[in-house]
Amino acid sequence: MQRTPAFALSALALTGALACGLAQAQASEPVIGLITKTETNPFFVKMKEGATAEAKKLGAKLVSAAGKTDGDNAGQVTAMENLIAAGAKTILITPSDAKAIVPAIKKAQAKGVMVIALDSPTEPMEATDALFATDNYKAGELIGQYAKAAAAGKKPVIATLDLFPGHPVGAQRHNGFLKGFGLQANDAKSNELSRPAEVVCMADSFGDRAKGQTGMENCLQKNPDINIVYTINEPAAAGAYNALKAAGKEKNVLIVSVDGGCAGIADVGKGVIAATSQQYPLRMAAMGVAAGVEYAKTGKKVSGYTDTGVTLIAAKPMAGVDSKDVKTGTDLCWGAK
Amino acid sequence: MSSTASKLPPLATLGPFIALILACAFFATQSERFLSAQNFALILQQVMVVAVIAIGQTLVILTAGIDLSCGMVMALGGIVMTKMAADYGFSAPVAIACGMAVTMLFGLVNGLLVTKIKLPPFIVTLGTLNIAFAATQLYSGAQTITDIPAGMTALGNTFQLGQTAIVWGAVLMLVLYLVTWFALRETAPGRHVYAVGNSPEATRLTGIATDKVLLGVYVLAGLFYGIASLLSVARTGAGDPNAGQTENLDAISAVVLGGTSLFGGRGVILGTLVGALIVGVFRNGLTLMGVSSVYQILVTGILVILAVATDQLSRKGVR
Repeated sequence: MQRTPAFALSALALTGALACGLAQAQASEPVIGLITKTETNPFFVKMKEGATAEAKKLGAKLVSAAGKTDGDNAGQVTAMENLIAAGAKTILITPSDAKAIVPAIKKAQAKGVMVIALDSPTEPMEATDALFATDNYKAGELIGQYAKAAAAGKKPVIATLDLFPGHPVGAQRHNGFLKGFGLQANDAKSNELSRPAEVVCMADSFGDRAKGQTGMENCLQKNPDINIVYTINEPAAAGAYNALKAAGKEKNVLIVSVDGGCAGIADVGKGVIAATSQQYPLRMAAMGVAAGVEYAKTGKKVSGYTDTGVTLIAAKPMAGVDSKDVKTGTDLCWGAK
Repeated sequence: MSSTASKLPPLATLGPFIALILACAFFATQSERFLSAQNFALILQQVMVVAVIAIGQTLVILTAGIDLSCGMVMALGGIVMTKMAADYGFSAPVAIACGMAVTMLFGLVNGLLVTKIKLPPFIVTLGTLNIAFAATQLYSGAQTITDIPAGMTALGNTFQLGQTAIVWGAVLMLVLYLVTWFALRETAPGRHVYAVGNSPEATRLTGIATDKVLLGVYVLAGLFYGIASLLSVARTGAGDPNAGQTENLDAISAVVLGGTSLFGGRGVILGTLVGALIVGVFRNGLTLMGVSSVYQILVTGILVILAVATDQLSRKGVR
């Protein structure tokens, strides 16, 4: 009990020091806030790196925050409030929950803060001032086209290892893949996963290696003749490959994926993944920071959707499908220059 | 005291088995691929990590405690052992031993805080849960660790039993369950675990060092989490900094579904295995049926509540 006042005092001192630090930053250079879904996903770690580097280059201060887990909207709302308190005039956010974050964004905008969505849109998309993101439907289409060419007329028996139900990015990649393959598929606006007859098994991987493996094992149990596997991202693909290898089928099954992280590109080089659609979080973050600095200097806001690009990376090129090799993919992994 | 286990109400013991059999019967009618030796071997392999974590968790819950840190400590152990091997070039046995030493250290810290400073296990392990998570992320730099030596993934290899391929890790899991079952039933330290959970004060007055029993339980739980780390690494072929996030609560669910009382002192370790299998059967069966994974989470939630309600009602009946 005796320790309580001392503890309270040191907590107060710490808060004071932090506030001073932030206030000082505000006085000297524009503050750009970055809110990612989590602190731990390598994709967002990379995004933060890109934002920090760009901010340093342009003489701005980057303050970042994140939710605790993917889907933690309350954590992102708290982060938003804290960043506004810290003096951020621009907030870059990768929304965990496309709809639930909108009221908090409106509040921020009412205080003159420009809000830019990175990586995935809010719903409605117009809730943010601008969106810098990968075209996930197109990313799916590219690997679908590649898989179609690689299958070379063989009858496709497809398994899909998806994200989790109802997530727009998961649906766009899945449906884009089917569209690229020339199968029946919903359009880019749909959050429903299409299921043509050629798809014999669908499992939710949550983008996770272990769950991707479990999903693939169960799918092989359901249909041992699966010859094409679509995966939401490369960790899920690595898990699927493990399951296929354990079943002695890794040679005859084609795995395609989306993401383009450095580890994922290495897996393309090793033949674990046939092809992946590479996206560029570093570029998204750098563009967001540049827009934020511009806004701080001139008051000019950015608007609308900017496609940050996607490139098909494959070890073996297929005729009629435009792809880059593993070397290029490694140089560019997630937007490193 | 020795009659505690044998006086268990039939419903708490039989309930999990009945639920498992009903679930299997249901899925057998839904998919012709469900009822096969290969599919059951697959389910065993899919639940082995959670099932081994759940052994440690059962021991803790039998003492009327709870260990929220289990999944994260497992993830940390996996990162430590893979990083030791991949980045620092230690041989697989040394690296594995380091990983297990770390998980046991967490068990020791949990145990010391519970016994020496008398903190509630819920709070202690909530703290160590966060510490283990942060340590995992910082130590790994949030990067998955691959390129690990073959010796580390040996438990992920399979052997043939007739037409069925069985993974070695699943065999190890079953052996661990049998050993723990025997130890809890037939040895004095095993009986002491039940006694501490039933009534710590009465146990202390009979001359049993309750603190030593508790401390031993937490360290042993750490050992089981370490073995689970190895199984997880062997299964996925990588050190995964995002592992352990669902295993935490899955393991507690397995213990509760298996009929072990959250109030301590009552439960059968083999029930925990059944509890883990129930979760695995639903995940497997629903995928075979082509149903979303969210239903598995729904069903697990309902079953957990049913299990706790059964325990509570049977406890009233005993009184």
